[in-house]
Amino acid sequence: MPFLACVLAYALQGRLASGAVYVTGGVAALLFLVTLLLFPQVSAGDALVYRIEWIPQLGLNLTLRMDGLAWLFCVLITLIGLLVVLYARYYMSPKDPVARFYALLLAFMGAMLGLVLSGNIIQLAVFWELTSLVSFLLIGYWYHRGDARDGARMALIVTGMGGLALFVAMLLIGHIVGSYELDDVLASGSTLVDSPLYPVTLILFLLAAFTKSAQFPFQFWLPNAMTAPTPVSAYLHSATMVKAGVFLLTRFWPVMSDSELWFAIVTYTGLATLIFGAAAALFQRDLKGLLAYSTISHLGLITTLLGMGTPLAAVAAIFHIANHATFKASLFMVVGIIDHETGTRDVRKLSGLWRFMPFTATFAIIACGAMAGVPLLNGFLSKEMFFTETAEFHPDIFVNYSLPIGATIAGMLSVAYSIKFVHGVFFGPPPTELDRVPHEPPALMRRPMELLVVVCLAVGIIPGITIGPFLAAAVQSVLGPDTPYYSLSVWHGFNWPLLMSLLAMLGGVVIYVPYYRRFRDVDGLPLLTRFRGQRIFERLLLNATNKWARSFIELFGTQRLQPQIFIVVLLALAAGVAAGWARMGNLPLPESFDPVLGLVWLVGGISAIAAAQQAKFHRLAAMILMGGAGLATCITFAWLSAPDLALTQLLAEIATTVLILLGLRWLPKRLPVPEDLTLKMRLRRLRDVGLAVLVGLGAALLSYAVMTRDAPLGISEFFLANAYKEGGGTNVVNVMLVDFRGFDTMGEITVLGVVALTVFGLLRRFRPAVDSAERPEQQRLLDGSADGQRVADDFLRIPSLIMSWLFPVVILIAIYMLLRGHDLPGGGFIAGIIMSLAFILQYMARGTRWVEERLRVLPVLWIGWGLLLAMLTGLGAMALGAPFLTSAFAYAEIPLIGKIPLATALLFDLGVFALVVGATVLMLIALAHQSIRRPKPAGSAKPREREGLAKWN
Amino acid sequence: MELILAAAIGVLAASGVYLILRPRTFQVIIGLSLISYAVNLFILAMGRLRMDAAPILDGANANPADYVDPVPQALVLTAIVIGFAMTALFLVVLLAARGLTGNDHVDGKLD
Repeated sequence: MPFLACVLAYALQGRLASGAVYVTGGVAALLFLVTLLLFPQVSAGDALVYRIEWIPQLGLNLTLRMDGLAWLFCVLITLIGLLVVLYARYYMSPKDPVARFYALLLAFMGAMLGLVLSGNIIQLAVFWELTSLVSFLLIGYWYHRGDARDGARMALIVTGMGGLALFVAMLLIGHIVGSYELDDVLASGSTLVDSPLYPVTLILFLLAAFTKSAQFPFQFWLPNAMTAPTPVSAYLHSATMVKAGVFLLTRFWPVMSDSELWFAIVTYTGLATLIFGAAAALFQRDLKGLLAYSTISHLGLITTLLGMGTPLAAVAAIFHIANHATFKASLFMVVGIIDHETGTRDVRKLSGLWRFMPFTATFAIIACGAMAGVPLLNGFLSKEMFFTETAEFHPDIFVNYSLPIGATIAGMLSVAYSIKFVHGVFFGPPPTELDRVPHEPPALMRRPMELLVVVCLAVGIIPGITIGPFLAAAVQSVLGPDTPYYSLSVWHGFNWPLLMSLLAMLGGVVIYVPYYRRFRDVDGLPLLTRFRGQRIFERLLLNATNKWARSFIELFGTQRLQPQIFIVVLLALAAGVAAGWARMGNLPLPESFDPVLGLVWLVGGISAIAAAQQAKFHRLAAMILMGGAGLATCITFAWLSAPDLALTQLLAEIATTVLILLGLRWLPKRLPVPEDLTLKMRLRRLRDVGLAVLVGLGAALLSYAVMTRDAPLGISEFFLANAYKEGGGTNVVNVMLVDFRGFDTMGEITVLGVVALTVFGLLRRFRPAVDSAERPEQQRLLDGSADGQRVADDFLRIPSLIMSWLFPVVILIAIYMLLRGHDLPGGGFIAGIIMSLAFILQYMARGTRWVEERLRVLPVLWIGWGLLLAMLTGLGAMALGAPFLTSAFAYAEIPLIGKIPLATALLFDLGVFALVVGATVLMLIALAHQSIRRPKPAGSAKPREREGLAKWN
Repeated sequence: MELILAAAIGVLAASGVYLILRPRTFQVIIGLSLISYAVNLFILAMGRLRMDAAPILDGANANPADYVDPVPQALVLTAIVIGFAMTALFLVVLLAARGLTGNDHVDGKLD
């Protein structure tokens, strides 16, 4: 299918920078030919459908569907695409990155083809977004220019917003109809209009179509998008992108148009756009701006036609889509040529170009004639049909008069701006303000434009032969079998429409003459310049992204941690109270009192409160007190039948304490200064104490309330009943960790490993603050006391000897804990921390230097191997067909030790063990190593050479 | 027994919350440790308190009713290890922040 070929070409494209034009042109030509060859099938009346199922359950398929309308659009897209490529070949400067240009052009062509060929409405919305995105890139192609960036951004925001609306509209349509297939939607008859969701759907749908087709009040992005290279404008803003909106309207016309709401919104939006665009076009000095507003105006015309809801109007709309694409693309190319040859697009500087480029001028005049609706040109035919439709009698008197009058006024204005284009550029005295003498462009640059103009003429003179069958196919695909009779002939006799045409011609001339005399230098519509959509849009954007956002942050944000935590805790407390208050019920009085536990917690509680009080100025004391609370916790675990927890808590406590001790040295000295306690600080402290007490009370109440109730039936029974049968161990907690919930443990050890590596990474480039960069006071004192002899070595001689000897013993204990873990308290974590404590003991006994010289353990490797082992154990189970981390087990007799369980879970636990050892040791030595490094303090200029300690740095 | 544990959880939580609201990083670390004690005890308490019923099975045909709920214990075991990792990480971040900003305020600047 064409779209696939296009994507293929796009993929190839990036590497063939110089051949890009041939590739692009070739693809466009090929697609054009393919499309032409498909015509016989399409004209037979059936849609060609090609479907790839993606998620059929959700109705999401990739469906390509070509009927008459899609075919007509495909021809426009590929033909004009081909011509634009040829044209751009001569237009683009060699300095521009042309490869990107052609790649984007192809991408756009693909997106556009995908859009018109979509047989699935979700797919249609996706391609719609894609055209917005690619057009953003194309408009911003000269991204070094500020106005190009602004124009591109504005186009993206406006059309992207419409795209979102379209997506929602499509979802709604799919919901109403019950299918996302376009065939089903089109066959749904009046289901959509009768649905209660119709108004919402319609508004969203129209929002999409109007933003894309630059209908009032979203018209402002189109003139700003004129900052794109002219071939892009010719392609996007005449033939394709802006036509997507009216394509959408046409596509869903059969199922959505039959309502008053549609008529009112679409017709009058179109009419307003038509008149506004035409008037604004007259007051443009930039030729491209003129064409842009003229495009807006013509799109308004098409929209008006589609809004009227009669079949004949729809025919006229489709016809005008094709006509407008041809003459507008050719006019954009003319402007490009003029810009290229003279260096300006300002209509005031240009005049009398007829003499310099007669051929271009002739063709441009013909195209302008088509734009103005001069007889014998294609624009005349569709405009005539438009007049016919507006002149139709309508029961509503307002509609009956507003439509024909509005149409005639717009017709006059469009004649006037067409005259302005022709007269201003090609006639009059020779230009005086140009830097160079203009001349005819290369023939091949002119060719595409000429071809389009010839098409205009052919369609205009012999419409029945040239476009008749194609239009018939397109019309039939929209209107179905009950297509009304319509005549394409040039002469219909004297009637209202002809009169309106004549009136428009004369009126146009009449308007132009005084305009030329008085307003020719005015840029922008008089009276309305202040209310330019662009300004409003930009101000809105600025406010939304800058001012409002900033005041929002000022109102609700803070950079400071303390208020944030305070609010979070307060909210949590409020939520807890709100949830728990009603369910608290009557609390029973305590039945038993345990004096020992009471005593333990008397100490523990006092420690905790004291720690809180001391943490500011007496860090060491606070840490010891915290250890007291930790020990009380640990005893409680042991007391309440949780030996594993008690062990782990105790060991983690030790490791934490050692870590903090190692870190304390780098914190600033802090001395109590009681007199600087201001009232504000006191109040804040009081407030925090209040919150803390409330939280504590809440927590205590909550836990008491829960503990005095009967436990609900949970999943615990399962673990207790199956731990031995299926996990092969009697220590249920350990079996859960390594078997039932092995995946959790896996994640947990990964976290531990990551933390260790992070700690190591952070400390590698550690910069202490200036005031703690020197060696501590105590060390300096000792060094100074005896010259040459290191007194520090004499500390703890006997304990250090004992600690050295304990090394193998501790390792043995660790292995013992690991092996028995499955049946008795112990396991990988506990063993791992014990093992690392063995290393810490060595640090304490011998000092950092001594240990680092002898240490043969590479903690990073241990972490890696541990994780790998745990993972492989799990995968091993998978290889045998069981789910990840299923364990198998057996018992083995080992001499001297006795019967031990040999489960694969033991291997997993071994992995955990290795990782915990690696992680803990890595953190500890990274921290301990800082004391013998001579790190440069933060803020000093050059990093100093580090001597021979690269191993841990 | 329940009352004592509830009071203990309350005191630990209150001390911890007060500390994490303080402006110095070291206070926050101690506070977080105290809160994690409180939370761990709370999770354990959710399995109800029982003495001498450690979930170490006595052979294959043990009666589940004789043992305490093992699920909270497994959860707490994980929590302790993660808590240890968290403290370590915080400590190092604290040191790094202290080195970079020259003070030990949680916002990195004195107000």
